[in-house]
Amino acid sequence: MSVVTNTTTIGAIEAPSRRNTELMMLAFAVAVPVFAYINVGLAIDGKLPTGVLGYALGLGLLAAVAHLVVRKFAKYADPLLLPLAVLLNGLGLVMIWRLDQSPRLIQRAEAQWGAFTPDAPKQMLYSAIGIALFVGVLLLLKDHRILQRYTYISMVTALVLLILPMFFPARNGAKIWINLGPINIQPGEFAKIIIAIFFSGYLMVKRDALALASRRVMGLYLPRGRDLGPILVVWAMSILILVFETDLGTSLLFFGLFVIMLYVATERTSWIVFGLLMSAVGAVGVATFEPHVQQRVEFWLNPFAEETWAQSEQIGQALMSFGAGGTLGTGLGQGNSDLIMFAANSDFILSSFGEELGLAGMMAFLMIYGLIVERGVRTALAARDPFGKLLAVGLSGAFAIQVFVVSGGVMGLIPLTGMTMPFVAAGGSSVIANWALIAILIRISDTARRPAPAPAPSPDAEMTQVVRP
Amino acid sequence: MNKPLRRIAIFCGILVLALLVRTNWLQYVEADELNENDRNRRIQVERYASERGDIIVDGKPITGSVRTESTLYAYKRTYADGPMWAPVTGYASQAFDANQIEKLQDGILTGNSDQLFFDRTMAMLTGEEKKGGNVVTTLSAAAQKAAWQSLGDKKGAVAAIEPKTGRILALASTPSYDPASFAGAELSDARAWKSLERDKDKPMLNRALREVYPPGSAFKVVTAAAALENGLVKDIDAATDTPEPYKIPLSARPLKNHASGCADASLNRAMEVSCNSVFAKLGDEVSRDRMVETAEKFGFNDPGIDVPVRAAASVYDKAMDRGGNALSAIGQFNTAATPLQMAMVTAAIANDGRLMKPYMIDQLEAPNLDVVEKTEPEEMSRPVSPENARLLQTMMENVVEKGTGGKARIDGVTVGGKTGTAENGFGNTGTPYAWFISYAKDGDGSPVAVAVVVEDSDATGGDISGGGLAAPIAKVVMNAVLNSGG
Repeated sequence: MSVVTNTTTIGAIEAPSRRNTELMMLAFAVAVPVFAYINVGLAIDGKLPTGVLGYALGLGLLAAVAHLVVRKFAKYADPLLLPLAVLLNGLGLVMIWRLDQSPRLIQRAEAQWGAFTPDAPKQMLYSAIGIALFVGVLLLLKDHRILQRYTYISMVTALVLLILPMFFPARNGAKIWINLGPINIQPGEFAKIIIAIFFSGYLMVKRDALALASRRVMGLYLPRGRDLGPILVVWAMSILILVFETDLGTSLLFFGLFVIMLYVATERTSWIVFGLLMSAVGAVGVATFEPHVQQRVEFWLNPFAEETWAQSEQIGQALMSFGAGGTLGTGLGQGNSDLIMFAANSDFILSSFGEELGLAGMMAFLMIYGLIVERGVRTALAARDPFGKLLAVGLSGAFAIQVFVVSGGVMGLIPLTGMTMPFVAAGGSSVIANWALIAILIRISDTARRPAPAPAPSPDAEMTQVVRP
Repeated sequence: MNKPLRRIAIFCGILVLALLVRTNWLQYVEADELNENDRNRRIQVERYASERGDIIVDGKPITGSVRTESTLYAYKRTYADGPMWAPVTGYASQAFDANQIEKLQDGILTGNSDQLFFDRTMAMLTGEEKKGGNVVTTLSAAAQKAAWQSLGDKKGAVAAIEPKTGRILALASTPSYDPASFAGAELSDARAWKSLERDKDKPMLNRALREVYPPGSAFKVVTAAAALENGLVKDIDAATDTPEPYKIPLSARPLKNHASGCADASLNRAMEVSCNSVFAKLGDEVSRDRMVETAEKFGFNDPGIDVPVRAAASVYDKAMDRGGNALSAIGQFNTAATPLQMAMVTAAIANDGRLMKPYMIDQLEAPNLDVVEKTEPEEMSRPVSPENARLLQTMMENVVEKGTGGKARIDGVTVGGKTGTAENGFGNTGTPYAWFISYAKDGDGSPVAVAVVVEDSDATGGDISGGGLAAPIAKVVMNAVLNSGG
């Protein structure tokens, strides 16, 4: 008979790593913002901006480092996540740089604080720190399941991060900042990742109890009273954040995140119903006695009202910005989105994209965010362990809710909340935390797609003839 | 766990879909509405983003544009002799929008008009800075200055037209305002605007175009035209069968004549001394519908006289009874006319019966002074035949020669005119209006037709005030045109 060379019964088909795909997409993800940068320079000064080389090299270097690290330490990771994040980060930098050159914003800054400092170099630095954290996560976190060990430490850390801002003065009506001398941190951005880790670890352990020990009433599985404990605690936390930190966005984000993860862990629709009921009760309850929230709703319903224009102007200006963009936009550097004035390059940066890139650009932007979420959920589907599934869906769910809450608020779809658009808005916490989020998703997807290790050679292999698949 | 995961995926998809729908709604469906929002400063910002083009009279700009320190509006409008030219230019204010030429030709003045697309593209390629185009008007600086100065402190308006072409030569309105006083967006601009809006003399009202006055006896030329056109009078020197006093139809009230010798007076004589009875009776005989027909040929009842600034519609009532028609025939009752309308009546008669469409924009120029669009004279209608027009001219020239319009006489020039003093308000309780319409002739037809109205607090009735207050102003304006070789 013929000599069989292969001694294993299962052929180890090398799964494609898709790293080259990632590299090619990264090239686009760097080229598009570089062209956008040139476009801004030409529109504003009529000549090639001098900083273009530095910008291209900087962004290219960050992308290259991230790519090499992924290639080495997360070979089988999802090939889309990194390019999408680089593209968003790059475009965000371009828009921040463009708004840095707005005479209106410069004048406003000089009138208000005596001096104007451009945000783009800072943002470049934050992006570098973000990529460094991304690299750090991939290097140190060889397997995402390690995070499971830190379930309760995560809980404590998250609580501390969420409660801390209460003790710091409010900035612009919302207590979401920790001031440490020259550094301002928005702990909510980091808390969102840490709390997802806690929920994943906690729910993985408790999911059976939460799913099975229930009574069936009117077609719904009602959880036992004592199992309601955790959800009540999280609900109370969200309400507390809303009341004491007047931060609608963070509150919504955490509660939504918890309900999503609870639902995925238990597969019980009753939890969704419960969650929606509780958020409705919470929202109505808070709205009746919290003037800050009432005001937000009022501005949302009547952004152009005569009496409140002084306060609701930002929202009105943002809406007019979108309108001014129309279908194709005014072109980069040629819009008047700086009329929004305050927070034009952070919370409201999306309106600048809306005005200068138009409906076409906005659709592309939202699709990019949608794609990141889609890759995240796909990672959750592909993950082989429940902890990984929960963590991946938690992180992508949080990302989705944040995108919805911020852009919905800026576009007047829902009341405005003080949160930043991931990757594009000026602000260190947001960029750094979101790079960590992407790193964890990449780690989970790498583990999920990594081919199973080849089984040990079977001593019986020589004896049996098996046709390889 | 995969089933709930797929559901969560769908949920996230719905979130993104909601955002996509919302951005379509905002940027496509609602975009126009948002762009027109009163709070939206983009139109203003665009308007003043680059150097604004000028409005030009006799080859010289009467407007200007200066660079400002503001980061919101890069340029600001300036005006030379603002109050004098305000009825022509209108205003362009950073805070209070714009009107008249400044608004209607905004596209040319800002350089954003589609007509300038080629120039814009060329400028972009050659790297020139964007600039607005110019609007060249038909006005005569001399005539405008004459009108403005002779109106002086009086409240009133002057409209002057070149009969051959319809070119508007003067358009003055007093009291006026300085559009420069609120051209910016500072607190002082807002104060100036508020005080102008509150002013009970309405300085921002363009009386030459936008205000209608009862024309009084000045309207009698229209009645005479209707009588001649409809064959009711063939010989202007033949006696008419007019009783003294004449009773208004459907009314026992006798019509008062301020002049004497109106019984059976000829049309020519009735015009000379301005007999109410003769013209009221003629108007009645012509009948309301045929009066309406003639008046409309002169431009009455037309809500769309755009020069290109839209003039208010002058009125000759189409539904009144016989008594009303008789009174309307002498320019009272519901009859009302803008100064421009009366200038058009005069111009049509002076131009041998051909009414030319009045216009005040001669041409539009690109920033490089290429002509983008030129207005050609256009005939609007022929209210009277050339023969009848000449008869009307004879009568109007007689008014100046021997009658109530003596103060408009110019040595060595043939001038025809008609005075009018209109009662205002029920029982003449309001301020009467002194009117004078006239034209001057040189060897080659008539270069100018003018209508003057003065809101006169001292007028005592009769035609004294029309002849006394308004005629000298008309004379100065006609002289200015004649001397400038227009």
